[in-house]
Amino acid sequence: MTSLPSITLGDEKLIESTCRQTPNFNLCVQSLKSFPGSATADVRGLGLIMVKVMQSKANDAINKIRELQRSAPSPALTSCASKYNAIVVGDIPEANEAFSKGMPKFAENGANDAANEATFCENGFNGRSPLTQQNNAMRDVAAITAAIARQLL
Amino acid sequence: MANLSPIILLLALFSLIYGNAIASHHVYRNLQTQQSSDSSSNQPYRTAYHFQPPKNWINDPNGPMRYKGLYHLFYQYNPKGSVWGNIVWAHSVSKDLVNWIPLDAAIFPSQPSDINGCWSGSATMLPGGKPVILYTGIDPNNHQVQNLAFPKNLSDPFLREWIKSPKNPLMAPTVANKINSTSFRDPTTAWKGKDGYWRVLIGNKVNSVGRAVLYKSKDFVNWVEAKQPLHSAQGTGMWECPDFFPVLNNGPINVGLDTSVDGDHVRHVLKVSLDDKKHDYYLIGTYDASQDVFTPDNSQPVLRYDYGKYYASKTIFDDGKNRRVLFGWVNESSSQNDDIKKGWSGIHTIPRSIWLHKSGKQLIQWPVQEIENLRVNPVNWPTRLLKGGELLQVNGITAVQADVEISFQVREFQKAEVLKNWADPQILCGMKGAGVKGGIGPFGLLVLASKDLQESTAVFFRIFRYQNKNLVLMCSDQSRSSLNKENDMTPFGTFVDVDPLHENLSLRTLIDHSVVESFGGEGKACITSRVYPTLAINEKAQLYAFNNGTSSVRITRLSAWSMKKANINGN
Repeated sequence: MTSLPSITLGDEKLIESTCRQTPNFNLCVQSLKSFPGSATADVRGLGLIMVKVMQSKANDAINKIRELQRSAPSPALTSCASKYNAIVVGDIPEANEAFSKGMPKFAENGANDAANEATFCENGFNGRSPLTQQNNAMRDVAAITAAIARQLL
Repeated sequence: MANLSPIILLLALFSLIYGNAIASHHVYRNLQTQQSSDSSSNQPYRTAYHFQPPKNWINDPNGPMRYKGLYHLFYQYNPKGSVWGNIVWAHSVSKDLVNWIPLDAAIFPSQPSDINGCWSGSATMLPGGKPVILYTGIDPNNHQVQNLAFPKNLSDPFLREWIKSPKNPLMAPTVANKINSTSFRDPTTAWKGKDGYWRVLIGNKVNSVGRAVLYKSKDFVNWVEAKQPLHSAQGTGMWECPDFFPVLNNGPINVGLDTSVDGDHVRHVLKVSLDDKKHDYYLIGTYDASQDVFTPDNSQPVLRYDYGKYYASKTIFDDGKNRRVLFGWVNESSSQNDDIKKGWSGIHTIPRSIWLHKSGKQLIQWPVQEIENLRVNPVNWPTRLLKGGELLQVNGITAVQADVEISFQVREFQKAEVLKNWADPQILCGMKGAGVKGGIGPFGLLVLASKDLQESTAVFFRIFRYQNKNLVLMCSDQSRSSLNKENDMTPFGTFVDVDPLHENLSLRTLIDHSVVESFGGEGKACITSRVYPTLAINEKAQLYAFNNGTSSVRITRLSAWSMKKANINGN
């Protein structure tokens, strides 16, 4: 009986070894595996997938911000809208192009900034944030993305 | 019909530089959407005499060169926004490295070998005074390849248009050469060996081994990879923006050499930008031209050009003034959100002359002499004591846009704090900022300070006693530079190889709204930082000399000047 080719095992190993070098192994593995194509992606490809995950978390935050702006507008909320706009218009396209073309330092830059913007948004509420869940989610996936970019430097 | 446009541009250039600014339609047509007057109140961080375009993102200086008496500077530019992306080669020219005229973008995607991006590269002067550019292009497969471009019209002193070789790419990663297709970029200025072959370096890595791959060519079109890289190092990651050049060994100060010069009177410098560390490092060593191998004098410690924010730098030999000039990029320390709001991101430092110190141990950098033409309204202090705890305001200059030179004489060495174990200087500056009292020091300058001192950037010295010798720490402390905590205000530091027992400690600082460029020990230690005060802006910024140590120091010299605004890219 011939042994099974080890392709599938090898690729899970890449996801796992890549995620082990990020701040949140479980979230990293879960995020990547939920996207088709992750099984056959190289590290750069995994980075690109995480940028898609960042986009999704940014959208969640923006939707929540819009909802809150209708019911309970505030300067802190307006400031958050501006910060998430920067993530969507600046950080994410930058990280995308950087991973695609092989300049990982700008992917790291974009991801780090996205994590910062989420933190600044959260700080703007002085402890009474209605966006904690969304900001934490954004920050966590951005930190993973930055760590994957670091592996390509 | 005669082409008059170069003449018109030349006239505009001269009149701009010599003071009668004419808003020549011909020159300013290149500025695309020209913003209506951006007053200094809504753009408090725009610099007055540092290189930057009117808006958008910039990074690496590209292909700097001197041609027909004019300096050319190209640079990585995003025409569409204030983050990195959509990169093209923007282009400016200057008579004096201080005032710059913008031109149309010189190199932008137009052929398969650069259709996905025109990344960094360098210029080489071929025999007969013909400049050519080698640069990295991103091809349809998102692979990094090296391309050749040359001027369309050599009789245009502005070299506005460039043609690409139909043979591009000239160097590319292949299955055969096993070069990593996402780690192959930033060709250097080429140098010619005694065998008549041109050599060029390309930045590369294999796993975590950083490498300067060497290619050779007789005709500048057909390139063959050498059997080994010029140099490589384990564990350093990708080598970006390599630079390789000769320096005079024990030569006169501020004298440079053409990149192809070699001989017994010469040492060589290999410089790389480390992707992993985000800093520019250099090694001094010996170039064996027969083997095309570089051997550094010491592998540790590797020195940096600048101990603050400084990256992607490169040098040229300026054959007009026989000096080597260094150009470097300084990114923002503000958030992306702030960059998008202000509409721009990135500047270059003042170009620096660079040469080997007579000790042979390090390079010296000093702002090009031409920048001093912007100095006005000099303030000079007679020599005086600066007692422990004293704060002296420097009046009579525009503190937000100034050039300051100050020298200190130290005497009471017995009061120096003892440093028991060697520590990383940046960490030391973080632990012992300007507010932490010391034995000798901290003493230096408070720049971009608010009247109430809620905001200030401190550039200072602190002297330690370490292993029975005096150790001088130089810091640029941004930690109190702004009430806006969304900025990166990490302090920077380095040790300065000066013994205050035998010579005065000097500091020169160029202040320009949101950039502070400091030179300690007459150019032995350089620290560049970016700050974004909220109070200390425009006419509200102040400048002080301070001493927060217990012992006095003597100010042997203080000279300060307001700096005029330069004409930079139609600012």
